Amino acid sequence: MSDTPLHHNIDLPSGQAAAAILAAGVGSAALGVLALASDASPPINHILTFYRPTGALSGVTTTAILIWLGTWYGLGQRWHGKQIELARVNAASLILLGVGVALTFPPFMDLLQGK
Amino acid sequence: MDTRHVITVLHGWGFGAVFVVGFPLALVALAGTTSSADTQPSAREQQWLARGLWLLTAIGWVTVFAGAYVIYPWYRAKPPAGITDLSLYPRSLLLSHPDTQWLHSLGMEWKEHVSWLAPMILTMVAYIYTIYGAGLSQHRGLRRSFLAFTVVAFAAAGVSGIFGKALNNYAPVLTTRQVATGDTR
Repeated sequence: MSDTPLHHNIDLPSGQAAAAILAAGVGSAALGVLALASDASPPINHILTFYRPTGALSGVTTTAILIWLGTWYGLGQRWHGKQIELARVNAASLILLGVGVALTFPPFMDLLQGK
Repeated sequence: MDTRHVITVLHGWGFGAVFVVGFPLALVALAGTTSSADTQPSAREQQWLARGLWLLTAIGWVTVFAGAYVIYPWYRAKPPAGITDLSLYPRSLLLSHPDTQWLHSLGMEWKEHVSWLAPMILTMVAYIYTIYGAGLSQHRGLRRSFLAFTVVAFAAAGVSGIFGKALNNYAPVLTTRQVATGDTR
């Protein structure tokens, strides 16, 4: 195989990347929201206990993964082969990622719950 | 050495350390690859980088699943009523001392959630790199997000690794044999 520099995939539409990035943002935010909900509400904590030895963490993470993959699949189908405006997708994804990180941080979780 | 000890060591030092140490290497390689200089990697190098990213992704998923479904149940096991030696019950052991409560309420409670961001983001990073390769250099916005997400994934892995080490120092997941013999290495 040649060692010359490559510039392949330059013209590939941005749709696939946009779907993957936005889905990662949605998945991150879902993880944070579900973690907060399970911490704040005993009934939600009970519902999210899919596997008793692991507790609500099992439901929080499984549900977040399903939301992430479902969003990725849906956006991927919708945006496949299309050129998507990346600036807005990037901004939304980074905000969602920030929400996910903040809501998994226990002191911030406690602050929101007035603890 | 029994199963519990082996799995904990693999999670903490094998999978975790490789993930945390390997990640900056991937980040440096990606930063070089996505630069607009004429020094972009060859097709072969890109192929190896993509394989490396998928390997890191797989290690990340194995790490979080093993942590959540194998080690975490040992960590959070409830001690029987009346027991005074909490060596086999790390969560209860940490919460029994005011000086170590923060390790559970901040360390474990953050680590158990934030660690999942790393493999999730790494999957996206590996997928995009596999699809676009050196073509990333032509999508400036995409490059920025790609690197920002990669840094957050690394930070999430770092938080998990650091708190995992601290938790293991103060309240290791021990076996009954280790408690009986006093061998807490």
